[in-house]
Amino acid sequence: MAEHSVAAAHDHDHKPHGWRRWVYATNHKDIGTMYLVFACLMFFIGGAMAMVIRAELFKPGMQLVDPQLFNSMTTMHALIMIFGAVMPAWTGLANWMIPMQVGAPEMALPRLINFSFWILPFAFTLLLATLFVPGGAPAGGWTMYPPLVLQNGASFPMLIFAVHMMGASSILGAINVVVTILNMRAPGMTLLRMPLFVWTWLITAYLLIAVMPVLAGAVTMLLTDHFFGTTFFTAAGGGDPVMFQHIFWFFGHPEVYILILPAFGIVSEIIPTFSRKPLFGYEAMVYATASIAFLSFIVWAHHMFVVGMPLAAQLFFMLSTMLIAIPTGVKVFNWTATMWKGSLSFEPPMLFALAFLFLFTIGGFSGLMLAIVPADYQYQDTYFVVAHFHYVLVPGAIFGIMAGVYYWLPKWVGNMYHMGLAKWHFWLSAIFVNVLFFPQHFLGLAGMPRRIPDYAVQFTDWNMVSSIGGFGFGLSQLLFPILIYMCVKSGKPVKVNKAWEGAHGLEWELPSPAPYHSWQTPPSDAIIAKGAFH
Amino acid sequence: MANAAHAQDSNSYYVPHDSTWPITGSVALFTLMLGAISYLNDWAGGWSFIPGAILMAFMFFGWFGTVIGESQRGVYNVQVDHSFRMGMMWFIFSEVMFFAAFFGALFYARTLSVPWLSGQGVKVFTNLVLWPQYEATWPTNGPAHVGGRADSSFDVIPAFSLPAINTAILLTSGLTITVAHHALRAGKRGTLTVFLALTFILGFTFVGLQAKEYGEAYRELGLRLSTGIYGSTFFMLTGFHGLHVTIGAIMLLVIWLRVLRGHFTPDRHFAFEAVAWYWHFVDVVWLGLFIFVYWL
Repeated sequence: MAEHSVAAAHDHDHKPHGWRRWVYATNHKDIGTMYLVFACLMFFIGGAMAMVIRAELFKPGMQLVDPQLFNSMTTMHALIMIFGAVMPAWTGLANWMIPMQVGAPEMALPRLINFSFWILPFAFTLLLATLFVPGGAPAGGWTMYPPLVLQNGASFPMLIFAVHMMGASSILGAINVVVTILNMRAPGMTLLRMPLFVWTWLITAYLLIAVMPVLAGAVTMLLTDHFFGTTFFTAAGGGDPVMFQHIFWFFGHPEVYILILPAFGIVSEIIPTFSRKPLFGYEAMVYATASIAFLSFIVWAHHMFVVGMPLAAQLFFMLSTMLIAIPTGVKVFNWTATMWKGSLSFEPPMLFALAFLFLFTIGGFSGLMLAIVPADYQYQDTYFVVAHFHYVLVPGAIFGIMAGVYYWLPKWVGNMYHMGLAKWHFWLSAIFVNVLFFPQHFLGLAGMPRRIPDYAVQFTDWNMVSSIGGFGFGLSQLLFPILIYMCVKSGKPVKVNKAWEGAHGLEWELPSPAPYHSWQTPPSDAIIAKGAFH
Repeated sequence: MANAAHAQDSNSYYVPHDSTWPITGSVALFTLMLGAISYLNDWAGGWSFIPGAILMAFMFFGWFGTVIGESQRGVYNVQVDHSFRMGMMWFIFSEVMFFAAFFGALFYARTLSVPWLSGQGVKVFTNLVLWPQYEATWPTNGPAHVGGRADSSFDVIPAFSLPAINTAILLTSGLTITVAHHALRAGKRGTLTVFLALTFILGFTFVGLQAKEYGEAYRELGLRLSTGIYGSTFFMLTGFHGLHVTIGAIMLLVIWLRVLRGHFTPDRHFAFEAVAWYWHFVDVVWLGLFIFVYWL
């Protein structure tokens, strides 16, 4: 076997062929591609479930699905979008870009990253199979609160083990990212020369390694409570169902930053490129990201203000949550300052990044409203919460992913995509996402509860608007895979290294498309300095 | 193409070739999970764990065998060695966080949920309405006296009996593996072999004594997994710890066999150090268990 384990310097784009290339892959680009394709597939499956939800809610009364299936749809939609679409998309982008951006040939532990990818299709086979078992798919919400979750039928252990597998995959993927960043940087690529996508992913990976095992512990306790007679979450035995919520959200709050921090990184790459100016406040961005990550560990109970907590605890979690606005504000102002007096142009990645900036900030503000304890007593479990987290996740995380794909796609395939179609994709997405989610703020403030398939008639108008926005958003996403397919098959070749004239960073010093093993010899210090932010 | 001299060249990177082991691992994991699900859902008997377990064992033998073989041929350069080290450290950190969840459950139950159930603090109504006679104690099997003997009573294992002996055993094993490590670095293979053997013998002894303790708890003390929150936290914490000690002892046995075959040099012995770190990690977790589960 040693004769195949070539030192990369002697290896010229030697690729295995056929299915083996993908199943046995150790190449960071092949694995990154698999992650992205998988994430896209899950995005459409999870999206189809969202369509079912919006169709049922188009008008009051029960029309399409029974309440059990409706609740399964909300539960599965969340699990699939979080663990199947957004997280794998980030890992895919990390696998593609981090070696290119730090001047390495490959990820540090290529077989491990193959393992972590190939766990996912099996995990989601298990999760999706719950739709067909007696008792139906999990319907107690993605947060899996006991005792409700324990009432699931045969799907219960499938849910638990699927979550275990997703967690294992995330931990292994995150270990790989951390080790790659810390050990595979080219000489001269100091930590404070790293692109922000690398920085944000380093911090994200740290969060993943810290909290995914806690989720594993929490669901293990659910499993033993259900099957082996433990009483972690049963008051009769001295436990407490609220304890699950604490453990879950100790995972869950860092998890929401796991979903958004890489988007901060991508936006921090794109805005300077299309403003033709260096990023304003690079170091402040790094420290702000680290502060957000630190704070994410001490705010978890703001998800459960109404559950009953000592007053001092509520005050602590309210104030610590509001502190997060400070580093986040630093970021938003830095992005804005980057554009100040810049020479702006509005290619698709920039459009998505700008929409991110505006719409994510809306989601941030509604988050601040939710942080206020007495206000949250009113908002808890209403559509206001749904509107809030969809604003940070769809025009936040998803637009961040889209922006990243539109930014780096020419580098990946060596072809430019259809600019007009991509702009259509952007404008349709940006308009419909607001039609879809903005009215949900009104519904929530008016008192419409979440996770209920029927509603009082006074909520009808805004629900119809929201559903129309939902169908529009869902349909316009079909442009995305079509556009990528066209780009790969018949896009106009990008003949230069820099697909965007204002781009900086090591990935733009490589040819387009990038070679199979990115940096076969470390880039020189001069090249690194040229690409650095400052 | 690659040879030891080349691989040590710091100007080139090492990229491993394609591998069948990761996909084998994924299939093995999936099979094991399917087995567990079938068993728990009463779709199949206990045998349903067997295919997954066999596949997992096959994968571990195969994957580690491949990597050990490559390591012995000198394929890995210093950078790869660093990657392995960092990977192991971060893996151990993830394990620490896994235990943190269960320690968190223990502390939450002891300092919050049990006092609340007895009417202290803000949550008076559960006590007033459901269990007005309940008073907070530790250990407890809860206000409804879940599990335990026929009369719902149970006893706990005193800290300064078998657990204290087990503490001494694990601490000694931490010492012996350090002696073995120093011997390895000094090139004293005889001392290395003896002290590494002592380490895994102590490890397996610990597991044996823990099994004996479990037997007594189940048969005589009424202390079971289902004995309220005390039984839950006790068995989940010590059980996962015991599982990790078992894995660690098997790892020690593997590196001992490798030592017998002449593997590891005074400068290059990543696997030895990784196992040593892991062993210290289970040691530290045990100290936490001894203090917070058995003693206080």
